[in-house]
Amino acid sequence: MSQIAHVGAPPEVPLRALDQLWFQVSGTVCNLRCRHCFISCSPVNHSFWFLTRDEVATALEDSIRLGVKEYYFTGGEPFMNRDMIDILEDTLAIGPATVLTNATLLPERTVSALAELAAGSPYTLELRVSVDGVNAQMNDSIRGEGTFDRALGAIGRLAAAGFLPIITAMQSWKDHETDPILDDFRALLRTVGYERARLKILPPLRIGAEAERSRGYNATERVTSEMMLEYPADLLLCSSARLVTNAGVWVCPILLDYPSGRLGDTLDEAVAAPARLSEQACHTCWVNGAICSNMPGFGAEWS
Amino acid sequence: MTSSMPHYNRIAVFGGIYSNHLALAAAIEDARSRGVDGIMCLGDLGAFGPNPDKVFPLLRANDVSVVKGNYDDSVAKALDDCQCGYTDPRDNHFARLSYQYTLSRTALENRTWMGDLPEALRFRLGDLEALACHGSPRRMNEFLWESSTPTHFLDKLATDVEADVVLGTHTGLHWWRQWGDAKSFVNVGVLGRPANDGRTNVWYALIEAEGRRLAVDFIPVHYDHEALANEMRDEELPEQFVETILTGWWTTCLEILPGKERAVGRF
Ligand code: SF4
Ligand code: SF4
Ligand SMILES: [Fe+2]
Repeated sequence: MSQIAHVGAPPEVPLRALDQLWFQVSGTVCNLRCRHCFISCSPVNHSFWFLTRDEVATALEDSIRLGVKEYYFTGGEPFMNRDMIDILEDTLAIGPATVLTNATLLPERTVSALAELAAGSPYTLELRVSVDGVNAQMNDSIRGEGTFDRALGAIGRLAAAGFLPIITAMQSWKDHETDPILDDFRALLRTVGYERARLKILPPLRIGAEAERSRGYNATERVTSEMMLEYPADLLLCSSARLVTNAGVWVCPILLDYPSGRLGDTLDEAVAAPARLSEQACHTCWVNGAICSNMPGFGAEWS
Repeated sequence: MTSSMPHYNRIAVFGGIYSNHLALAAAIEDARSRGVDGIMCLGDLGAFGPNPDKVFPLLRANDVSVVKGNYDDSVAKALDDCQCGYTDPRDNHFARLSYQYTLSRTALENRTWMGDLPEALRFRLGDLEALACHGSPRRMNEFLWESSTPTHFLDKLATDVEADVVLGTHTGLHWWRQWGDAKSFVNVGVLGRPANDGRTNVWYALIEAEGRRLAVDFIPVHYDHEALANEMRDEELPEQFVETILTGWWTTCLEILPGKERAVGRF
């Protein structure tokens, strides 16, 4: 393909059902500044701000009417939000919750509080912990000095408290290296007492800081209308999810930095509006399917 | 409601047979002894176990109403895989082995029969409207686990299909929940393999309705699981599957479990 195949309007995907409700619960604020962060979070990135417990509660109330199936919390680092435990308590009263965390802010006190919440709810509390390498050198070169040890320490505490955290790593290696690296991950996690490791590999999203770390998208990496003709749109997160932020409701957690990703002021507006696959990051979803689900691999199917 | 709709007061409902003809025979006998007025099977007749053709005569001879499962759909259409959606390479390996085995060992007439099965059954249970499906009313291969299925979500599913009671299977773990004005969802569990609880028995649901009052009992089915294990070995099925039959613990396809359900298992 020599031409940029992006003539006319980008393809649209209507919301099939609001199965997943995501919360940008700590905005773009993070204690780390990872070199691959696709929304360039950092201690000083205040583009999006923390959600309050009340803001989340309002959305949770709407979600009951809309029949939401699962709740996801992301940032930034969710545990920088002072209300995180209370927010999870409110959520676990009505449904299952998943928190995407870098696990550098999980002291014993917080882990115990989480374990108590999990035990007190009929619903599952999933912790998705990012570790981007099987040794400190590999991980810290991306996530920052000392983060490997801190995350592993927290994973050990979570495992001891009965959690089976989902360890996620962005694939920064060649495809044929995946199997041995997964084995290395399992061996590594055993050293901190985590025996039944759940692992998930993520493809790089070539936007934000990651575009500078490796490469951005090239001109042909776009989703066109023709590409959607035979494509099961159900595979895309935007066919079944929306993201609540402090500044409106977005189509998905990936397009946070794009004005085109904003679908409305309220959840009802955003539910009525279709997703527009106008950004190049959409190409990564198109290739890999539901990369944001809790399932391992690049997720050909999720539920 | 149309008068042609079947009506029951006390039914036995099984899920996922997975070719476990010994458990199926035991469950049917148990259900008969409890005086049920209907027996239903919610699909996934093949997979996992040995000699898939053995379950069909049992279902037909006992007048079991059957709903199509994702496995039945795949085998009927000879699709490339079982539509379980496993992504872990190890799970996929075993899933593929047993799918290829089941597909190649199911007679064409049984495959055709499965292809004609309905995706849902509607009936009256006491004074309640019921719908039986495989995964969920909206998707044959949707997993409804107890710890990841909110009540308001179940209410939406039931409301969308105008049913008071929704019955499903597909996950392999039985549970049920009641809410609002006599609404309920029952995951009837499966006969094909134990419920990842360290027990070798399997389970079915005995469901009784009086007016708009529903009672659900999960009935343990003990069967000759050692005979099944031997038959699986004779058929050279994966030893990991045999181990599940003999120990009651799941050894494969664990990635689909939510953390809460996974944590109480052994693997
Ligand atoms: S990747 Fe995660 S931990 Fe790293 S800077 Fe971004 S939000 Fe923070
Ligand atoms: S980034 Fe992915 S989930 Fe978001 S709108 Fe594009 S295709 Fe949909
Ligand atoms: Fe199934």
